[in-house]
Amino acid sequence: MFEFIERNSLLLGLCIFITITIGGIVEIVPSFTQNSRPIEGLKPYSALEMAGRQIYIRESCNACHSQLIRPFKSETDRYGAYSLSGEYAYDRPFLWGSRRTGPDLHRIGNYRTTDWHEAHFINARNVSPGSVMPNFPWFFEDNVDFGTVHAEIITVKTIFGVPYDQGDNPKSGSLKEIKAMGLVEAAEIVKDMKTQAIKDALAKGEVKDIVAMIAYLNRMK
Amino acid sequence: MSQTASIPDYDYSVAKAFTISTLVWGAIGMSVGLTIALELVFPQLNADLPWLSFNRLRPLHTNAVIFGFTLAGVFATWYYVSQRVLKVRMVLPAVGKFHVILFNLIIILAAYTLLAGHTSSKEYHELPWWLDILVVIMWLTWGVHIFAMLGARKEKTLYVSIWYYVACFIAVSMLYLINGLAIPTWFVTQTGNWWHSVSMFAGTNDAQVQWWFGHNAVAFVLTVPIIAISYYFIPKQANQPVYSYRLSLWSFWGLMFVYLWAGPHHMMYSTIPSWVQTLGMVFSLVLIIPSWGSMVNLLLTMSGKWEQLKTDPIAKFLIIGSTFYGFATLEGPIQAIKSVNAIAHFTDWIIGHVHNGTLGWVSFTIIGAIYHMVPRMWKTKLYSERLAENQFWIQTLGIVFYFSSMWIAGITQGAMWRTTDQFGSLAYSFLDTVNVMVPYWALRAVGGSLFLIGFFMFFYNIHRTIRGAAAFQAQAEAKSALDSGSAT
Ligand code: HEC
Repeated sequence: MFEFIERNSLLLGLCIFITITIGGIVEIVPSFTQNSRPIEGLKPYSALEMAGRQIYIRESCNACHSQLIRPFKSETDRYGAYSLSGEYAYDRPFLWGSRRTGPDLHRIGNYRTTDWHEAHFINARNVSPGSVMPNFPWFFEDNVDFGTVHAEIITVKTIFGVPYDQGDNPKSGSLKEIKAMGLVEAAEIVKDMKTQAIKDALAKGEVKDIVAMIAYLNRMK
Repeated sequence: MSQTASIPDYDYSVAKAFTISTLVWGAIGMSVGLTIALELVFPQLNADLPWLSFNRLRPLHTNAVIFGFTLAGVFATWYYVSQRVLKVRMVLPAVGKFHVILFNLIIILAAYTLLAGHTSSKEYHELPWWLDILVVIMWLTWGVHIFAMLGARKEKTLYVSIWYYVACFIAVSMLYLINGLAIPTWFVTQTGNWWHSVSMFAGTNDAQVQWWFGHNAVAFVLTVPIIAISYYFIPKQANQPVYSYRLSLWSFWGLMFVYLWAGPHHMMYSTIPSWVQTLGMVFSLVLIIPSWGSMVNLLLTMSGKWEQLKTDPIAKFLIIGSTFYGFATLEGPIQAIKSVNAIAHFTDWIIGHVHNGTLGWVSFTIIGAIYHMVPRMWKTKLYSERLAENQFWIQTLGIVFYFSSMWIAGITQGAMWRTTDQFGSLAYSFLDTVNVMVPYWALRAVGGSLFLIGFFMFFYNIHRTIRGAAAFQAQAEAKSALDSGSAT
């Protein structure tokens, strides 16, 4: 009955293309603008938080952790208020995850502290017996890459209009300025940490990955 | 051999290269899968090395099996099937060779970048922007070959398999390009890593675009081209035509239309609009109809030949493959029902479901197809049917271990997360729910090991078949010389 399509390969291709585009357009386009609106008071990621987020992505923590609290009592009891669309407005990419091998982290900053994270990343089984989370010893050795942080901050500011430098939002700036801001933030975190090597590194003007990772997790509220 | 004069002399060079790629990437990808399964049981196994840790290996596993193994299998069958159903010798052999080389190069580079932690974090689309560009070139190369073959064809009416290959090409082009949109940051500031980029979409929108891609990558890489394979190899193996042309037609257009709407079931109870979630659920349920249409059509192609299943391991792989397709396409929609999803989402039940599809349906179908193709391409006979038969049973047992452990694990954990005591407080800490998982994860690793052992048997069987080809041909020639000698 549709033999004419089966004899004309370009027509077949065209018919397929039209058939498959409809669903996506109907479901994604109408709510696009609404979805991109930030909630009131949402701040862009500071230099050190952004560095932590880049490490989170590099390590694919989202392979085991979600950042999406669903509107059920069992979830709000465990993790806190359910997630709102506007909280993700500056998340490029989104990090909802698809498998909770470990717990949700969207509001982890409300109930875990810097020194807890420090011990946990050295060896999760130090604080959580039977945990299957990997150890991340290299977080204590590698330095934060402020060059990529600078590049991302300037990119999202100029291209996507993320409101850096407005009101009391974090500042953008040159690579040197970004690094200087990162160092100030790092000092705040490091004073609560125990590892001496991290403190020594900071004194030399170096920020280790672990510091940025914790800054990011502490922001998640 | 006299009938061969009427059919073109096929060129299998590219199909052979892709067949070998399928075997190699399958073995690597599945071994990585077993490694991460074991790491959940023995977390120390990663030796505290970044590139051995679960988080870096998991994307490597998914990419190696979805794009390395499955796509190589799809391409291998394309270069074999297209010549036969279009009744024309492979055109543009240089394009085909370029395709296979670029494909393998991409997978090697992908493995390197993923281990190094260069990732976009988007599931099944982790590759950095510069590799995305190579992927697009590789994909378009295939497109050029598809349409060149279609242009040169001698058989005017396009067989069902061809519709599905064409659909795979078109849909993946669209999905991959849109989901991959990103700004490489180095070009903006000339600072930082050159491979880093930021997604064009943010937050909820990014999620919607990603799962529109992610869901349909499953559709158009792990389903549509595998149906193409089944529609060619099942009738060939059974030696009779497809059960119903009309059923193929309606299932095809039904699948094309409905699939693209079902993506939101990956984001139930998330921050996407609730009408989109409902629409996603309804379309997921409707999806049963075209999926089962194909399954029934493929299975009934065996009508009157069911006896063959007793003796023919290749038919077993293909038919059980399609049966798993029916199973997975019923399980998926059930998980998409919002109230079921509330428990199933974020648990291992989803992982189990995916493996019903990828082990039972995708791998079995590709294995069956390769068993069918290799003796014909290398002009020889299979090294050992018994080995194939044993492989089939070991792998089937492996899948059963896999999905049954993941069912129990998933539903147990989903239920424990929401269990409350008599005062309405949560009954279990998160860690409690992790500790309960460990025995099921161990069982899953047993299932995975069985499947992998089977895969190595397959590897060996094909290896011996190919290696024995020259000897087989020499023997056949000697025999025919002898026969013709005695005739005169
Ligand atoms: C193999 C899976 C896995 C990976 C990969 C993983 N985690 Fe975990 N994570 C867990 C598990 C399981 C727990 C719960 C037990 C525990 O506290 O260790 C956990 C717990 C946590 C916690 C404490 C949460 C709470 O509510 O107490 C934090 C924070 C965390 N992980 C952060 C990370 C970060 C950051 C990464 C990436 C660098 C990461 N995890 C990678 C499995 C994983």
